[in-house]
Amino acid sequence: MNEQDRERMKKLLRQSLPPVNSGDEPGRDLWPEVLRQLDVNLATKSGDSVSHGWVWFDGALAAGIVGLVAIFPAAIPMFLYYL
Amino acid sequence: MRNGTSDVLNQFRQGDADAFEALFHQHQRAVYGWILRIVRNPATAEELTVETFWRIHRAHARFDPERGFAGWARRIATRVALDWLRTSRTESELSMEACAEVAAPVQADPAVTAEIRRKTALAFGRLPPKLRIAATLAVIEELPQKEVAEALGISVVAIKLRIFRALRLLRKDLEEQGITP
Repeated sequence: MNEQDRERMKKLLRQSLPPVNSGDEPGRDLWPEVLRQLDVNLATKSGDSVSHGWVWFDGALAAGIVGLVAIFPAAIPMFLYYL
Repeated sequence: MRNGTSDVLNQFRQGDADAFEALFHQHQRAVYGWILRIVRNPATAEELTVETFWRIHRAHARFDPERGFAGWARRIATRVALDWLRTSRTESELSMEACAEVAAPVQADPAVTAEIRRKTALAFGRLPPKLRIAATLAVIEELPQKEVAEALGISVVAIKLRIFRALRLLRKDLEEQGITP
């Protein structure tokens, strides 16, 4: 493709898709939506960390109890008494 | 005034919400206009402007006040628009077709019919997004290649190459449809 072909293609492209008006403004105030997105994402983020923390803690606690019961089976009645 | 601007930028970097709001109101129009030039659909441009400012907020700690806010915001906006072009191909092709149908060219060549313009717009919408974005900004919008290169985070030579490849692929697509540009 030579220079002449390229210029012809550019001209065709500009005729098919004219430039948009760069001075256009959003049709509405976008700030409330930005705030909403910030709230949603921050809430999701903090919710995730809390939930992951508890999942890890619950797992460790369950593993500890199972280990204790396996080593000291005689402790089962005592656990059941305190439940 | 310069000190005031610099203060706002530094405060934003530290995560200050008021500074972020001030920068949003100062730059939202430019960011929206830039995205509109790429996606060519006002509703999508609004949606992506919100997404851009969310990413800007998320990246505040990485912002370098010395390099200015406008260029940084433009680079993020370009990445957001590029992601949209990649994930919403059908929608973006429809936007191209709608633009070809709605907009009447100022100096239209009588030999180029509305059908040829429509097919050209559709073929352009089928180009790989990274070629399309370079050609949209540098050829259709006629922005300086240096400015486009900065927004895309690549060199001017790479921009020239992308434009060349975009035009060559566009021509091939049109020729396959029996249109000789």
